[in-house]
Amino acid sequence: MTILTATDVGISFGGVKAVDGVSFSVSPGQILSIIGPNGAGKTTLFNVVSGVYAAGRGKIHLSGEDVTGLPPHELAARGLSRTFQNLQIFQRMTACENVMVGRHLREKCSLLPALFRTPAVTRQNRETRAAALDLLAYVGLKDSADVLAGSLPYGACKRLEIARALAAEPKVLLLDEPAAGCNAVETEEIDHLIRQVADRGVAVVLVEHDMKLVMKISDRILVLERGRPLAEGTPREVRDNPKVLEAYLGHHGAREAARA
Amino acid sequence: MRAFANHRFLTLAILAAVIAVLPLVFPSSYYFRVASLVWVSALAAIGLNILMGQAGQVSLGHAAFFGIGAYAVGIGPAHLGIPSWAALLLGAALSAVLAYLVGRPILRLKGHYLAIATLGLGVLVALVISTESGWTGGPDGMPVARLTLFGWRVSGSDTWYWVTGGLLLVGTWIALNLDETPTGRAFRALHDSEVAAQVVGVDIARFKLQAFVIAAVYASLAGSALAFMNGFITPDQAGFLHSVELVTIVVLGGLGSVVGSIVGAAVLVTLPQALTVFHEYEHLLLGLIIIVSMIFMRNGIVPSLSALFFQRARS
Amino acid sequence: MAEFLQFLISGLTVGAVYALVALGFTLIYNASGVVNFAQGEFVMLGGMVTVFTFAAGVPLPLAALFAIVVSIVVGLLLHRLAIEPARGASAVTLIIITIGASILLRGVAQIVFDKQFHKLPAFTGDAPVDIMGAAVQPQSFWVLGGAGVVVLGLYVFLEHTVLGKAVLATAANRLAARLVGINTTTIMALAFGGSAAIGAVAGILVTPITLTSYDVGTLLALKGFAAAMLGGMGNPLGAVVGGLLLGLLEAFGAGYLSSTYKDAFAFLVILIVLFAAPQGLFGRRVVERV
Repeated sequence: MTILTATDVGISFGGVKAVDGVSFSVSPGQILSIIGPNGAGKTTLFNVVSGVYAAGRGKIHLSGEDVTGLPPHELAARGLSRTFQNLQIFQRMTACENVMVGRHLREKCSLLPALFRTPAVTRQNRETRAAALDLLAYVGLKDSADVLAGSLPYGACKRLEIARALAAEPKVLLLDEPAAGCNAVETEEIDHLIRQVADRGVAVVLVEHDMKLVMKISDRILVLERGRPLAEGTPREVRDNPKVLEAYLGHHGAREAARA
Repeated sequence: MRAFANHRFLTLAILAAVIAVLPLVFPSSYYFRVASLVWVSALAAIGLNILMGQAGQVSLGHAAFFGIGAYAVGIGPAHLGIPSWAALLLGAALSAVLAYLVGRPILRLKGHYLAIATLGLGVLVALVISTESGWTGGPDGMPVARLTLFGWRVSGSDTWYWVTGGLLLVGTWIALNLDETPTGRAFRALHDSEVAAQVVGVDIARFKLQAFVIAAVYASLAGSALAFMNGFITPDQAGFLHSVELVTIVVLGGLGSVVGSIVGAAVLVTLPQALTVFHEYEHLLLGLIIIVSMIFMRNGIVPSLSALFFQRARS
Repeated sequence: MAEFLQFLISGLTVGAVYALVALGFTLIYNASGVVNFAQGEFVMLGGMVTVFTFAAGVPLPLAALFAIVVSIVVGLLLHRLAIEPARGASAVTLIIITIGASILLRGVAQIVFDKQFHKLPAFTGDAPVDIMGAAVQPQSFWVLGGAGVVVLGLYVFLEHTVLGKAVLATAANRLAARLVGINTTTIMALAFGGSAAIGAVAGILVTPITLTSYDVGTLLALKGFAAAMLGGMGNPLGAVVGGLLLGLLEAFGAGYLSSTYKDAFAFLVILIVLFAAPQGLFGRRVVERV
C-alpha cells in the first residue's frame, strides 16, 4: 500500500528540463532515498512534490487523492511535511516557538479569541508548548528551547527543522539532506532519528549525499541524473547496477558504496 | 524586545501609570492635546506594527484607513444622520472590508512591488476624499460633530486625553495578546520564511490578510478618535505624507515592538511641536529627523535600548 | 481625429517627463538597489533653480546649466550623506531615508525659494503649431526631443563606454563587479549624479508647460515610480515605455473618461498591472530558490 505516488513528474525552467519524467512511490514506514549528483534535480523534485513549485507535467497522489497543484499548506493539511536543504528556520523565534509553529495544524486558530486571549487560547498554548518541548527533547534540543533559533549552531538547526516537521504529525516526511554539514556523531544521531520516525509508520523520502547513511537506512533508492530517473531498487540492486556504477557513482563512489 | 513582550502585564501597568501620572506635570491644557495626539498616533502605529513588524508586510498607504475612520465620523452624522458612535463602528467596518477586498491581491506582492501597490491604494483613497467635495468638503476639509455617548458629550482636551489614553491601553493589550497565540506565531513565522511556514500548514495568504485587516481597523479607530478630538478633518490625514509618518513611527520605535510604537509616536509627534518656533523649518526638520534616525537608530529605539540594557546587565 | 491627436501629443509630452523620472529611478535602483523617492525633487530643483536664476538676469541656457549642476551636487550629497552611511540597511529603511530626503529637500526649497507657482518662458515661443487640426505647443517638441536626446545619450553611455559597462556590470552583480576591480561606490555616486541630472533636465523642459513649485516633486516621484514598475523595475527601456504609456493613459483617460480623476488613472493602472503581471510588462519572472 503506497501513501505518496509521483507519476511521470516534470518541470522546466526557461527551457531547461530540471526534472523530466520521474516516478516513485513510498509506503508507510518505508524509507525511500533519492540520490544523484549535484544538479540532478533532487531538490527541485522535492519542491514539486511539496507544492512549492507547480509541476509542469505529471501527477502526484497522496493517500490515493490527486493532489497535483495544491499549495504547500494544503498538502501539509493532508499529511505531508518537509525540511529544507538550505535551512529555513524562523530566525527571530525561539527554538521552542519554531516547533510550536509546526503544531499549527493541530491547533484551533481563530482570530478573535487570539486577540482577546481567552482562557481556551492560554490553555491550548500551554499544551502546544508541552508538545513542542517533548519534540525538542526527542531531537536532543531540550536545553535550547528558549534560545533564539537564529543563534543555534548549524547541526542543531538541522534537527530543529526535523522536530518542526514532525510536530505536524505527518504521514509523509520529505527530508532534504538532513545530515549535510554534520559530523560523524551527529550523522549517526540523525540516522537513528530517521529510522525511529519510519518505525512509527511515517513514510520518509530522503535526499542525501552521505552514501553510507543512504545505503544503511534506505528501503529503496531512486537514482536521478540530469533530471531523469537512472535506476531504482533496493540499496543492493542500486549498488550492483552497472549503469549506476559506471555512469553515476564512478570509481570512487562505487568503492565507497561497496564498503557501506 | 522579547523580554518586554513576556511581561505583558508589567508593560500594561507601566503604560497605565504613565498615562495616569503625566497630567500631574502638565502645565497647561496644550500638553493634554499633544499627549492625546501621541496616544492616537501610537494606536495607529501599533496596528501597523502588527502588519510590518510581526507579519513583515510593508504598507506605504496606511493613512488611507486612518482617513476612512476620520471621514466616517465626519460624513456619517453630517450627511447620513448616523449617530457618531455608530459612524465610528461603520468606519472601522468599512476599513476592514476594504482591507479584506484589496488585501488578497495586494499581499501576494513582495518588497518594492508591495510598497508601490499599498502606496497606490493610499493615494487613490486620498484622491477620492479630496475630490468628492460634496461629501468631504474637498481639500479644505470638513467639521466633525462631537461624539455623544449615552447623552454624555465628549469634549475638552483633558477628557480626550483620558479617552485616547484608554483606547491606547486597550490597543496595546490586544497587540500584546497576539504574541503567544497560533495567529501571532503564524505572523512571525511567515515573516521569517514564507515557504517554511507554508509547509507546516500555515495558509500565508490568510494570515497576511488578517494582519492587514487588523492594522486597517487600528488605523481607522485612531482616525475616528482624532477627528472627534479635533472637531475638524482634512484630506492630509489620509495622504501620503501621513502614511510615511506612520511607517516612520513604527520603524523608529522598533519593528515588532509594541512599546516601540508608543515611543516612536512620542518622538515623532512631540519633536515638531517642540520645534514649533521654527515653524518655517517644519518640513526640513521632519526630513532631517527621519534620515538621521533611520541611519543611527536602524533597529529602532526600543530594541536598540533594550539590547544595550541587557548587554550592560550581562557584563 | 484632431482631438485624438491632441490627446496623443499631450500624453506623450507628459509621458516623456514620467519616462525621464522613471529612468532616473532605474539608474539608481540598478546601481544600488535603492528605490529613490527623492527622484521627483530633482525635477523640482531643475525647474525652480532655473526659474530663480533666470529671474536674477542670467540667460536661460546658462540658468538651465546652473540648475543641472546644482541638482547633480544635491544628488551626490544625497548619496554621500544619506545613502552611504546607511549601507546594509533593509530595503524599507532605505525607502524611508529617501522619503525623508525628499521631505527635507522640499523644506529647503520652501525656505530658499517660496511657496508660489512659477513659470518659465517657452524656449521657442508660444504660438501653437497646427498638426492635422491639433494645436501643439512648440515646447512639447522640446520636451519630446530633449527626452529623446537623454535616452539616446544614456544608451550610448551604457553600451559604448567602459564606465557605462561598469554601471551595467554593477547592476547585474555588485559583488562580482567589485571582484573584477570596479569601484562600486563611485558607480553608485555616478548613478545618483546622473539621475539627478536627468531629473533636472526633465524639470527644466516641462516647466514652461506645467509650471513648477516647491512641492511638485512628490506626485512626479510617485508617477515616475509607477512608470518604472509598469515597465518592470530595473529595465531602462521598460522605464521609458512605462513612462510614455502612463502619460498616454492619463491624457486619454482625462480626455475621454473623467478629468477630475486624472491623477487616479496612474495608480489604478499600477494596481491592475501589479495584480495581473507583478513583474511589470518587461520584467522577468524570477523563480524563488529554496
